[in-house]
Amino acid sequence: MTTMTTGEQDAAKSVTFNMSAAVSNTAQRETIESKTDGIRHVLNVKMAIRNLNFFYGKFQGLHSINMGIPANQVTAFIGPSGCGKSTLLRTFNRMYDLYPGQHAEGEIVMDGQNILSKGIDLNMLRAQIGMVFQKPTPFPMSIYDNIAFGVKLYENFGKAEMDERVEWSLRKAALWDEVKDKLKQSGMALSGGQQQRLCIARTIAVRPKVILFDEPTSALDPISTLKIEELIHELKGEFTIAIVTHNMQQAARVSDYTAFMYLGKLVEYDHTDVIFTHPDRKETEDYITGRFG
Amino acid sequence: MSLYQRRKFVNYFNLTASILTTLFGLFFLAWIMWVLIVKGAQYIDLSVFTQITPAPGSEGGLINAIVGSLLLTVFGIVIGTPIGVMAGTFLAEYGKGYVFAPAVRFINDVLLSAPSIVIGVFVYEIMVMPMGHYSGWAGAVALAIIVIPVVVRTTENMLLLVPTQMREAAAALGAPQWKVIVLVVYKAALAGMVTGVILAMARIAGETAPLLFTALNNQFWTTNMNEPMANLPVVIFQFAMSPYEDWQHLAWAGALLITLFVLIMNISARSLLRGHK
Repeated sequence: MTTMTTGEQDAAKSVTFNMSAAVSNTAQRETIESKTDGIRHVLNVKMAIRNLNFFYGKFQGLHSINMGIPANQVTAFIGPSGCGKSTLLRTFNRMYDLYPGQHAEGEIVMDGQNILSKGIDLNMLRAQIGMVFQKPTPFPMSIYDNIAFGVKLYENFGKAEMDERVEWSLRKAALWDEVKDKLKQSGMALSGGQQQRLCIARTIAVRPKVILFDEPTSALDPISTLKIEELIHELKGEFTIAIVTHNMQQAARVSDYTAFMYLGKLVEYDHTDVIFTHPDRKETEDYITGRFG
Repeated sequence: MSLYQRRKFVNYFNLTASILTTLFGLFFLAWIMWVLIVKGAQYIDLSVFTQITPAPGSEGGLINAIVGSLLLTVFGIVIGTPIGVMAGTFLAEYGKGYVFAPAVRFINDVLLSAPSIVIGVFVYEIMVMPMGHYSGWAGAVALAIIVIPVVVRTTENMLLLVPTQMREAAAALGAPQWKVIVLVVYKAALAGMVTGVILAMARIAGETAPLLFTALNNQFWTTNMNEPMANLPVVIFQFAMSPYEDWQHLAWAGALLITLFVLIMNISARSLLRGHK
């Protein structure tokens, strides 16, 4: 599905990977190039996914996915239920490894290393690639300890340093002002939206390189959703972000790039405004306009 | 009769029936408590807690049996709980990858309903016979064998109630599996797991059959677990069956004490957990 011009191939060599690798159509490419060109030199791919296949036992959940997740950008994954977007996200931190019978083939290269290879230290990998889940999942401990939990795994902090890290991450997650006087209270006592921001703070606290959001707002009210979306927007300055969402408006609001998936395949991947204004593929357009899904 | 009226009637009927059956069940519980209080309370005095079990016709109390029961119960729990918790953790957290996990679960269920007298005879065979005498340790081991399947079952069930997302969230931060289990999953399941241990404690506090073959009884004061040891259930059994009235009175007192012990243990543990949350 990759047809590249010579110019692009050069660019693809000079940078580890590039956006256009996922773009299939010549007519489409020009519009993207005009937009991409300006940023190509700064756009650096954090994760390069090559020929990724994923299996739940015998059932193949993902079919030869090729794409790059650009660094310090927000990449959204959209598509109807069961299209494989969450499955794809869960290969990035090898969450599927918790379950016997699930396996992935292909490559996901981050910082020169294939994270799908056997020798990889999964705990170290997951410390670098954080994940926020659909349902807020505060641990049954205090707000402070919720955040300290992950930090303690890899840092040998004294009290002052830990305090500092907790405050830093809570501020980043826009939760500090609401909880600074009750850090010793249980994280379970917070409201749903606060819990989700606590989970984000907890993820940021270990200073990952990439943060994966798996439908982070589908269990939240509109105001909490808005807060989380603003947060995602701010976080991309420091982190590379991938988000799975059922909500197309959300993808349009928060993301720089959008991938549309259907039946385990990556149908189209482009700048978000391209996907939402003049998508290349009929399926994408049908989905965006609400004709199916 | 309209459909709505019919539905209302069925609802009314079922509600009444379930209230009545509940009351029926509670009635016997209350009756047992009532009989115990009426028969036992009058014989509970200071001497019960200060004197050891008497010879027929003389003054005495139950202190050696009370202390013996406490020791046997505590050691039974201390021996049985770690084994039960670890086996339950294996079944809930690691079992999926192992073919023999379902077999372990099945055998545990068999053990859960094994007659306690069989366990008594078993421990008699493996401990009392080789040692050549009855002992508190043999009693504690027999009780521990009763504790294990109860704790395995409740631990497994309580761990399985912890949402998978909680484990995934901890793993996603880079925590190795044992830390996920010990630091997060156990915390989430703590209330249920403690309840399981308390249930086991309540169960063994009143067990008689396994102790008959192991700890036996001791009419004297001892805290030496290597000796035969007095305990409330066996004392109640012997004294209640005896023809001596003063022994029968002590048996009633002992029965009330043991019931109150179980009751108080349950209530205090529950309020403790509520405070914890």
